Amino acid sequence: MSKQHVTATINGEATEFLCEPQQTLLDALRDILNLTGSKEGCGSGDCGACSVIVDGRLVCSCLMLGVEAEGHKIETIESLAVNGQLHPLQQKFLEHAALQCGFCTPGFLVAAKALLDRNPNPDETEIRYWLAGNLCRCTGYDKIVRAVQDAAAEMRR
Amino acid sequence: MPTLSYVAPGTVKDAIAALSGASGLVKVLSGGTDLLVQLRTGRVKPDLIVDLKKIPGLIGIKDDGAGAFTIGAATPCAELGEHAALCKAWPGVIEAANLIGSTQVQGRASLAGNLCNASPAADSVPAMIAAGMTCVVAGPKGERTVPVESICTGPGKTSLAKGEFVIAFKLPKRAAKSADAYLRFIPRTEMDIAVVGCGVDVSLDAKGVCTAAKVVLGAVAPTAVIVADAAKALVGNKLDDATLAKLDAAARAACKPIDDKRGTIEYRVKVAGVLARRTAAIAFERAGGR
Repeated sequence: MSKQHVTATINGEATEFLCEPQQTLLDALRDILNLTGSKEGCGSGDCGACSVIVDGRLVCSCLMLGVEAEGHKIETIESLAVNGQLHPLQQKFLEHAALQCGFCTPGFLVAAKALLDRNPNPDETEIRYWLAGNLCRCTGYDKIVRAVQDAAAEMRR
Repeated sequence: MPTLSYVAPGTVKDAIAALSGASGLVKVLSGGTDLLVQLRTGRVKPDLIVDLKKIPGLIGIKDDGAGAFTIGAATPCAELGEHAALCKAWPGVIEAANLIGSTQVQGRASLAGNLCNASPAADSVPAMIAAGMTCVVAGPKGERTVPVESICTGPGKTSLAKGEFVIAFKLPKRAAKSADAYLRFIPRTEMDIAVVGCGVDVSLDAKGVCTAAKVVLGAVAPTAVIVADAAKALVGNKLDDATLAKLDAAARAACKPIDDKRGTIEYRVKVAGVLARRTAAIAFERAGGR
């Protein structure tokens, strides 16, 4: 089958691309659109490194076909910092040392943003359950949770 | 090398035509949280994927205003959990649906996908069966409404004929003094596959005596099991110790589980009894029995 034409809004911009039916949204973002912030960890929806927001809902971009993006609004990690100004979550991840190797970080940031978009004041339990689909093998999670709480507090100010 | 094609028809009629007209392996796509993993591992190699999500009504929840609900087959489970009236009327169905996978998976996974993937451990299935949920199946011969328990016939196998797919689920108006509940046992607190799942639905009279019950176990047999003897143990009784003991024994007797890394046969059988008691207690409490 030849490539299919897809039109979607990606990080606020109307975007068109051609992709093979079997390519995932993650493949399309990374290999076609050069948005390499979203990472492939497991490729099976277990690790959350490829998290993106589709029409306001957090999803794994490895569990969605590129062609399924047709007509939808996609937000990736590349949309967090605006004009070089870090998002409060990014800033707090740095301040709290909530990353070591950094591979899982884009996924955690996108997932945390999706949480704070819905709930500006989540408690620790809510944060831990919400982020249960994001795996990190360096930090032990505590610093990540604290960074999210601190960013939430700052964003409420 | 065979190549994959993808279509996203805009009507039920076009979807039926695409599914029944195709040669080779055709897969229906709703949320994709199982199908994409199977594609990646090479476990399924379809020639055609038919995405149902562009069909109007396939995503969304309709409340008829009189207490009955129609749930579009591909509605993400996260959306179910955000629907206050649905959560209030059918808490067991919703807690089961919301146990499937992570936040990310919840954003895509659907009831139809969970049902038609036909895993014996599917969380939503025992809860849907306990609730008496029906599904609307569309196909070349028209539409039919069937009980959820008629769909799965074995691991990975369904009763759906070529060209057929689930388009919606239906939940009736919730009767007074009745409620459902679902519990699953996993070795950790989140993100795992059921060792045992249990859905219970009960109706009580004014004195709190059970007048109707349904008890359904998951992950202990090739498909979800309706435990008629467990329901029999509940009907005519309050949830006293003798009733709980009978319920526990009936649940254990219905198990035909496998041994695997999540649990041995003996362990699964034991847990099924415990889970049936605990789930029944929640359903009774919600129905106002305590």
